[in-house]
Amino acid sequence: MSGDSPLLRIEQLHVALPPWADRPFAVEDVSIDLYRNEILCVVGESGSGKSVMSRAVMGLFASRHVRPTGGRILLDGENLLEATHERLRAIRGNRVAMIFQEPMTALNPVHRIGRQIEEVLEIHRVGTPAERRARAVAMLEAVNLPDPAKILAAYPHQLSGGQRQRAMIAMALALEPDVLIADEPTTALDVTTQAQILALIRDIQRKKGMGVIFVTHDFGVVAEIADRIAVMQHGKLVEQGDAREVLSQPQAAYTRSLLAAVPSLTPGPRRDFAGNPVVLSVKGVTKTYRTGGGFFGTSARRVDALKGVAFDLRRGETLGIVGESGSGKSTVARCITRLIDSDSGRIEIDGKDIAHLGTRALRPLRRRMQMVFQDPYGSLNPRRTVGQLVAEGPIVHGTPAAEATRRAVELLELVGLDARSASRYPHEFSGGQRQRIGLARALALEPEILVADEPVSALDVSVQEQVLKLIADIRTRLGLTVLFITHDLRVASQVCDSIAVMHKGEIVEYGAVADVYANPRHDYTRTLLAAVPGRAWSEAQSPASAN
Amino acid sequence: MRDAFLRFVRHKPALVGLVLLVMVVIAAAVASLLYPGDPFRIVGKPFQPPLTDFPLGTDMLGRDLAAAVFYGARTTLLIGFAATLIATVVGVTIGGLAGYFGGRADALLMRLTELFQTIPFFLFAILLVAVLGSSIGKIIFAIAVVSWPPMARLVRGEFMAMRNREFVQACVSMGMGHARIIVVHILPNTLSAIVVTGSLMIATAILIESGLSFLGLSDPNVMSWGYIIGSGRSVLRTAWWICAVPGVAILLTVMAINLVGDGLNDALNPRLRQL
Amino acid sequence: MPSLAYVLRRLAQAVPTVLAIVVLNFLLLQLAPGDAADVLAGEAGSATPEYMAQLRKSFGLDQPMWLQLLLYLKQVVTFDLGFSFRHGMPVSELILSRLGPTLLLMGTVLTLAVFVGVLLGSLAARHLNRWQDNLISTLTVLAYATPVFWAGLMLIVLFSVKLGWFPTSGMQKVAAFHEGFAKVKDIAHHLVLPAVTLTLFYLALYARLMRASVLEQASMDYVVTARAKGLTERQVIRRHVLRNAMLPVVTMAGVQVGAIFGGAVVVETVFAWPGLGLLAYESLFARDLNLLLGIFFVSTCLVVMVNLAVDLCYSMLDPRIELR
Repeated sequence: MSGDSPLLRIEQLHVALPPWADRPFAVEDVSIDLYRNEILCVVGESGSGKSVMSRAVMGLFASRHVRPTGGRILLDGENLLEATHERLRAIRGNRVAMIFQEPMTALNPVHRIGRQIEEVLEIHRVGTPAERRARAVAMLEAVNLPDPAKILAAYPHQLSGGQRQRAMIAMALALEPDVLIADEPTTALDVTTQAQILALIRDIQRKKGMGVIFVTHDFGVVAEIADRIAVMQHGKLVEQGDAREVLSQPQAAYTRSLLAAVPSLTPGPRRDFAGNPVVLSVKGVTKTYRTGGGFFGTSARRVDALKGVAFDLRRGETLGIVGESGSGKSTVARCITRLIDSDSGRIEIDGKDIAHLGTRALRPLRRRMQMVFQDPYGSLNPRRTVGQLVAEGPIVHGTPAAEATRRAVELLELVGLDARSASRYPHEFSGGQRQRIGLARALALEPEILVADEPVSALDVSVQEQVLKLIADIRTRLGLTVLFITHDLRVASQVCDSIAVMHKGEIVEYGAVADVYANPRHDYTRTLLAAVPGRAWSEAQSPASAN
Repeated sequence: MRDAFLRFVRHKPALVGLVLLVMVVIAAAVASLLYPGDPFRIVGKPFQPPLTDFPLGTDMLGRDLAAAVFYGARTTLLIGFAATLIATVVGVTIGGLAGYFGGRADALLMRLTELFQTIPFFLFAILLVAVLGSSIGKIIFAIAVVSWPPMARLVRGEFMAMRNREFVQACVSMGMGHARIIVVHILPNTLSAIVVTGSLMIATAILIESGLSFLGLSDPNVMSWGYIIGSGRSVLRTAWWICAVPGVAILLTVMAINLVGDGLNDALNPRLRQL
Repeated sequence: MPSLAYVLRRLAQAVPTVLAIVVLNFLLLQLAPGDAADVLAGEAGSATPEYMAQLRKSFGLDQPMWLQLLLYLKQVVTFDLGFSFRHGMPVSELILSRLGPTLLLMGTVLTLAVFVGVLLGSLAARHLNRWQDNLISTLTVLAYATPVFWAGLMLIVLFSVKLGWFPTSGMQKVAAFHEGFAKVKDIAHHLVLPAVTLTLFYLALYARLMRASVLEQASMDYVVTARAKGLTERQVIRRHVLRNAMLPVVTMAGVQVGAIFGGAVVVETVFAWPGLGLLAYESLFARDLNLLLGIFFVSTCLVVMVNLAVDLCYSMLDPRIELR
């Protein structure tokens, strides 16, 4: 495929950032070729400039302060950076099309799907209204959406995330573009939906012989779909080459470190807790949400979030609860920590049921179970210093302020932060550092049980690795029992001893991690494991990386 | 906080507003020094246009309009700030409780708020003053009664959003009490929104007060801008300045407060920065 | 399209509001000096003693409070709002006769304010920080700070007294007895100044809101999608941004209906426009509290109806509304 001339050639592209940004260029001296009939994955962590670079092809910039200052983007020899607005518009949607990360916000909420797809054709003056409608139906069929007529008449909010992204792809491909730019198109989707969308993109790309620029941060996805790979860091191109070569023999040190940080799917050494006492026992917990339904006979919507969830956690053990969005895994964490009340069932700590304790009786028990949250930005009060945040818990439980403050500094050092951090505010820290602060805050109350709700999901892969190591390290040092909620089976394999797979409010499979991963018994577990992106690549890697 | 101050100072319209507002405050402060004695006192010939014997002229009874404008500033500021303060306390309490506790309390309090928002509030204020009488305290009360709903809605929205933020959930799981969570963690994070809305409410309160006194519902013992306009209405054709002068005073005061409010908004909520 | 069930549900939700207003009215009656009969008959003693006695009986003033409330409720529900001795006719009839002019004024103001406000707001947003934006923003800041009654007086000084373009007061030329089109023209001529006066303030409000809303929507992902399809900037605004940006304006217009009515009281007073607002002023002046309470009740019902209409418009603009 690399024998003929490239479809799209990016030469020494420079995109400048405004003067108040932390660096002069979003994209600096990047040269990449895209050929017909290939998928080029552009990989990088947040802030690597991968997204800006790909959007530059369409001349779409986030603001007028971000603009290309050098280089060329040649589409069949025509420099798009010098094209007039009219020319650029004629190319957009027609020869180069784009799909986005979040299809809910990328579609206009007040227009029907049909109108939004037909609009592409209308703008580029293709066909009569009837022909355009027929084309829209054909496109929806091509992206495997059942009942196209119904989808055409639907509004975006009436579709599921996967359906929306398919509709988005149908819209992008309506004019059979030569180049498709996909900006993290599966990041917002569940893993099984992600697998389907990846297969769809691959399939359509092969059929039409398109060139696809696929932007992602996930090496699993890269292993799944890439023909060639370009790795970016701080706006610069670090490495590019054939997918297999980059994945198996990365040349740049940065690429090597990124690949090493991807959690393996092979569980670590087995730890045995059979003899330890059960500290947390959950029995038949249910939770139903009712929405709508006022005084005047509107139909109430009923969602069974938890349907009789049960498991035991032994001292020192780490239990992973995995599942897709809407499976109820977060609801479990919030019921156990009593952030929401369960409808029925027992939640026992050392044999004492806390599910129905009153606020006052519960308060002294709360410190035995602490929580680490997902969002490194939303989980710390922006108006309190880090020291205050960490010391506050013990102070509320009666520890003298001076002692709590001294202890807070120790804890910050324990999670790998400077003692001086205590007097600074959360916004002065990076995402990974904030998760460390969140961990210190939870540890300040000397809990026995740590409930971690997706603690590394919002982090870049290299930071994720560090935080996971920290959690594992502190867990053994302090003898903590951990309930670890995650959607990522790779992460789960690295930190968990046992695992509970949740689906539609139920635990469908429950057992030691190694057993469940090696011999999944439930169909859903098998689907979930099969959908993990880059599984084949990981399994090929693992014997080599084991030593 | 220093960033917010710098953003405010760089906001030119806000500075203009602040200067105007300071001038109104000074006018209110020096009224009795510049014009000792009763502003209702007759000092010269009636119907004198501005820039004759008196800088702003006299009204149809021969009262000094400049004195009226200076004393009016006192009334206006007093009523505007006092009514807003009461309405803010009520609105923050109702909105905060509804937003924090949710459920039935929220449903009930919000129905009450909606009710007060449906009522034509100016007409309600007229009724209250007509029934209760028009002393300055009762006027403040009437304006506060009709002004709190927007604040309650705003605070409820903010509290609901905060309630679901992870840092508040962290507080709950630490075993912190409701009062501490509300006062230490939620309120400081909603304060900027409350300050901005409150500042705009002062402007509205002043407009309501001027409307009431224009209709003759002002405290008869206190000079007020709306009252002068209302009484000067009958001689609009011959002596238009009697109405024009206090109107300009109201316009400038309200505009000043709005500009300061906008400036505070940009300074405290730097969402739409130049990117 | 909103379903019939939706309309019915919203109507049902309005019932408690209307009842609450009746209770509020009752409480205000209790607060007023003298007993309810004094208030209802007007203070000047123009009612005959027989009527007063009958009033006291019909209100059951010797009965316990809750029974009085029930009686009052019953009267209001049957649209019996009492009798105005000042005008010598039943309050309900009086109010009905003044309803038309107020509806005309409010309808004109609401329509003008929303349409022109949306237009100016989007214009300002499209020309962000250029002279169009600066001009519109300055004018809206001024209009938003101007007391409505004062704006009316100043417009009278300029356009009626100095220029003589428009009449100063009333809804029709006295003793002209126009019919047909001439009558419509005459009313429209009289309507201009009051409508403009009241529109200015709300126009400014909606223009500010629309400007902010357009700017917010312009940063949304779907706008990038639209550009990626190859739409021109004008098409992006017209086809995608405008409708989304209008949603908060329509919401605000709904919330403001009550406020606009309050403004109508002042404007009708200034221009002697023979509507409910002027009637309210007259009853205030004559201390006819019962009439004032009647106007308050009817105007609140009116606001509830207009709110419903605005909500229906909203549900047509935003398909997501059916979920709530």
